[in-house]
Amino acid sequence: MTSERPLPSLTEADTGKFWQSTQDEILRYQQCTGCEKVVWYGRMHCPDCLEGTLEWRESKGEGCIYSFSVVRQSYHPFFRNLVPYAVAYIDLDEGFRMLSNVVGVEDPVKDITVGQRVRLVWEHHEALNIPLFEVTED
Amino acid sequence: MSAQSRDAAIVGIYEYPDRVVDGDFSALQIKTMCAVRALADAGLSWSDVDGLFDASEGAPMSGLLLAEYWGLEPTVIDTTGVGGSSYEFHAAHALSAIRQGRCKVALLTYGSTAHSNAMAIGVGGRGLGGSTAADNMEAFVGQTLVSNYAMVARRHMHQYGTTSEQLAEISTATRYHAMRNPDAVRAMEELEFIDIRETTVDDVVNSRMIADPLHLLECCMISDGGGAVVIAAPEVARDCPKSPVWIIGAGEATKYVTNEGDLTVSAGAQSAPVAFAEAGVTPAEIDIAMIYDSFSITVLTILEDLGFCAKGEGGAWVAGGRLRFDMDGGPALNTDGGGLSSNHPGMRGIFLLIEAARQLRGESTAQVQDAGLAVAHGNGGMLGSRHTAGTIILAAD
Repeated sequence: MTSERPLPSLTEADTGKFWQSTQDEILRYQQCTGCEKVVWYGRMHCPDCLEGTLEWRESKGEGCIYSFSVVRQSYHPFFRNLVPYAVAYIDLDEGFRMLSNVVGVEDPVKDITVGQRVRLVWEHHEALNIPLFEVTED
Repeated sequence: MSAQSRDAAIVGIYEYPDRVVDGDFSALQIKTMCAVRALADAGLSWSDVDGLFDASEGAPMSGLLLAEYWGLEPTVIDTTGVGGSSYEFHAAHALSAIRQGRCKVALLTYGSTAHSNAMAIGVGGRGLGGSTAADNMEAFVGQTLVSNYAMVARRHMHQYGTTSEQLAEISTATRYHAMRNPDAVRAMEELEFIDIRETTVDDVVNSRMIADPLHLLECCMISDGGGAVVIAAPEVARDCPKSPVWIIGAGEATKYVTNEGDLTVSAGAQSAPVAFAEAGVTPAEIDIAMIYDSFSITVLTILEDLGFCAKGEGGAWVAGGRLRFDMDGGPALNTDGGGLSSNHPGMRGIFLLIEAARQLRGESTAQVQDAGLAVAHGNGGMLGSRHTAGTIILAAD
């Protein structure tokens, strides 16, 4: 049994549209037309005001690492093969914080630090694409 | 010290002594045995129970199931399920209900066969499951439970210079206490811990890294187990055989990741001031701190949020052993041995109340002299993302 990365649903009520956009390699977030609040993850209504509506915007996919950890132990059929791998909170320049992986480094334990600039890189799958991040050179 | 309330008291406690059940009993049966023994400890019986509190850890809508299984007719039913802190929320709600005269005797129980079921807690990391919007955004990442907490530790180190050696002091203090608790020692033996002895900071930082920067000895165990707590109104408490342990303050809060939020601050920063204000006491007066120790960083973060020291100063504050029951300068931390070295079947909040009560009755295996005040602070969910905080302040009679 080959093991693939667990993939999200394209039809989940609030976040399905986010994943549909990834098919075109677009990373989307929401912003409120009423109060301009940036909202992550996708949802029905702005949590800050009652008047506005949430609109999808396209992110440039650039930001920095807010925090991270390198997983050294996993029993999951897919992730156990990636060990050691980095999970991270990425602060995108548009103002939202998302959970993803930092990839493309030789040694995740040594080569990743809080505050590093990163940029989006897509991992391709048949039905959608997964947004990951790689460290950009200084 | 301003006048404290005497509105509700813990009058019965029981912690299931076995940490590996191996199919002999179901979680519900463990809960039941604990309820019976806690009621006996209180000198009460099933017919006295009119407040049923449960986290539905075993099955949804447990308010219906348990009332039937135990033959109860409660006038208050509360199945607040907010993770490991649920029991602190139950204690807070029992305090309110009893104050309002809506019930007189509240029963809180917990039971789990997480070890025997090989659940994803501690270092297990089998995946966090679920099908919510949040899960749909996060499951692809392969975040394990440990790595979620580890991201808090990493940020704390980045913002404040906290070190692994400082975090390790939490593990060594709880292990020091565990070695004095026969049930904790047996738990570690049955769960096949290596080196069942007092540990040093070096032991901790040299133990295997599970998710940077958290090492094995900074992660809670995965046990089976359970417990029960009986809380009663003053007119009932005064006739119970054991010295009542008064609940004098309570606070509840939740926190989740926000776009510019500070990952090093937990929901405890919201719940603790409410609890301390209600109690009319300050952290400096607390003799025992029962703080949810899923991981070392959970305790460090919460010690700061409870107000024992300023945010960011926890690392320096815990160094030097002040958390030990026989040292001055701070509260005794997790004197039963904690989730790190005594008991963690998935949700530990009930054991915080139980050991706090033991201390305030003078029954602990690592007894603090002249124990008068304790704080029991539960953390539910995941510290590095969505979590809850329940802070309970308790006073000896």
